[in-house]
Amino acid sequence: MSVNNPSGFFENLWRDLTAARLRRTVRLGFKSLWLHRLRSLLTVLGIVFGVCSVIAMLAIGEGASWEAQERIKSLGSHNIILKSVKPPEEQKVSDKGSQSYVMQYGVTYTDVKNIRATIPGVTVVMPARLIREYAWNISRRVDCEMVGTVSWYPEMRNHRVAQGRFFTETDMDGKASVCVLGAEMVPALFPLESPLGKHIRVGANYYQVIGVMEPRGTDVKNEDKSDADSKTVGKYMYVPLETIKLRYGEVLMRRRTGSFEAERVQLHEVTVKVHSLEEVRSVADAIKQTLEHNHKKKDYDIVVPLEQLKQAEETKRIFNIVLGSIAAISLLVGGIGIMNIMLASVTERTREIGIRRALGARRHDIILQFLVETVLLAGAGGIIGVLLGVAIPFIVTWTAGMKTIVTLWSPVLAFTISALVGVVFGIYPALRAAQMDPVEALRHE
Amino acid sequence: MAASIVQFEDVRKTYQMGPVTVEALRGVSFGIETGEYISIMGPSGCGKSTLLNLLGCLDRPTAGRYLLGVQDVSQMPDDELSAVRGERLGFVFQSYNLIQQLTVVENIEIPLYYQGRPEGESRERATELAARVGLEARLEHKPFELSGGQQQRVAIARALVNDPLVILADEPTGNLDSTSGSDILRLFDELNQQGKTIIMVTHDTSISKRTRRSIRLRDGQIESDVRQ
Repeated sequence: MSVNNPSGFFENLWRDLTAARLRRTVRLGFKSLWLHRLRSLLTVLGIVFGVCSVIAMLAIGEGASWEAQERIKSLGSHNIILKSVKPPEEQKVSDKGSQSYVMQYGVTYTDVKNIRATIPGVTVVMPARLIREYAWNISRRVDCEMVGTVSWYPEMRNHRVAQGRFFTETDMDGKASVCVLGAEMVPALFPLESPLGKHIRVGANYYQVIGVMEPRGTDVKNEDKSDADSKTVGKYMYVPLETIKLRYGEVLMRRRTGSFEAERVQLHEVTVKVHSLEEVRSVADAIKQTLEHNHKKKDYDIVVPLEQLKQAEETKRIFNIVLGSIAAISLLVGGIGIMNIMLASVTERTREIGIRRALGARRHDIILQFLVETVLLAGAGGIIGVLLGVAIPFIVTWTAGMKTIVTLWSPVLAFTISALVGVVFGIYPALRAAQMDPVEALRHE
Repeated sequence: MAASIVQFEDVRKTYQMGPVTVEALRGVSFGIETGEYISIMGPSGCGKSTLLNLLGCLDRPTAGRYLLGVQDVSQMPDDELSAVRGERLGFVFQSYNLIQQLTVVENIEIPLYYQGRPEGESRERATELAARVGLEARLEHKPFELSGGQQQRVAIARALVNDPLVILADEPTGNLDSTSGSDILRLFDELNQQGKTIIMVTHDTSISKRTRRSIRLRDGQIESDVRQ
């Protein structure tokens, strides 16, 4: 019997397809697959792992990028941050010997004045000094970073006060000895009591704790790698800028093993808030020019969170493309695996096909039967994969503490694609089954 | 004279086997009327299987006409032939040919399934026929849980379920011991007495003696056509 056009089978298939028929075919398919449970399971493993790894990787990637974006957002998308950086050639000199001299570098008060005076679109400027010190509560000691800053710090950095209050302009003007602790400081210094109203000692001076900031989570870890080693990670105490100026002056002394160095840094960090998002770029350029004009050496660094945000989004896009191709390959491999087994199954069930044809099954009935089986296999693989893929991120979060986000669309998409894989890779075996000659098929042993 | 339900008119079938053309049937003509009980006999290679495949609409003749009922089915397209098989023919094979993953009652209702009959109705009819062949207690058993004789009974019930014009049996007792074989033959006798038309291929003369007409084939042609 000649094999005519396959498209004709599908037309007939479509015409004959009713809900009841489909339901019965699905039930029949389940029976056939259940008869070879182990083989069915092994067949779909490719799809299972493909779907599962895609969902899990997407969730982990999504979590990582969410963290990165949160961190950048916490710097403020309207902000431009200037940081003082020790110029590289100076570093070399100071490493060479133990001779002591005062290094002068970084962003200055003059820079701040210039920026405010000459660049339009700048609304607020927040200067900050950073000093590494030990903070004491009687006998408890914490290595921390003292941040000398201004009263509008919380709004600028989207960082809220959890308890108490932040210091005010009055505190600044009065050079008050008050401080606000970063959340990470509290357990180390005040494990048992509320820190509010207590005093902590830094160097020879006492500061009254007036507030505690909200925790920033893990994101602070990655910030400022350059000027904080593991001991001070996330441990900040905020003190009025004027107070710091009064206590420490502008020359910082540091004793290190065998050497002694001093630095003159006026401001470690300046945050510039720009009026509107559109202006961020141009203001950043303007600031760059202003600083280039006044600084002979590159002893500053300009961080534009908005640009970083864009970069993070771009990175995520690339990550998704890479992941998409991996997913495509693994689903292709899984699909070929299914097709392989279905072809074997068709050969093995030649006699069944012959019987069905003799009893009145048309070619498209056979197509439907095998196609449904393949789709069921792939779909079941997809479901198992989705379940595993959703479970893995939870396990990762639970064991490794990594942030993961399972987006709704990723399981839906993964499942749909795996079912589609079933259709695509099921067509060929189904056609092979349907094109068998009933006489030959019945004779098959 | 009752109306002919099967009419073969000079039917020929040739196969191309590599370079050799094999003439399996060389002009076969006969008619079968309702209620007949016919055995087809002959040595192997005489064209019995080919004739049965043509009678069963599993294959198309190279030349000649085959009228089943009032319709010429000799050159029908594949899908229509499937429908003809499902609606007008019943098959009983030597090796039972039941589908292993299905239960007794599900096997019986297969022809109705492909006719698109509603599920409840098919189930009812299949159950009825299972009872007719004495398997009402085995409805939910799988074929491998049954003896050969029981499996052949399921096959007979399946061949009856669509109320066919003709039942085609291909050596139905070939795989059975003599006791269950004669049980099956008794069942065929009963069915014929109830008016079913049965065509049975066999090479056992004792079986052909039970039938009322015996067609003997040799070298693709009818050697004798005897009514007893």
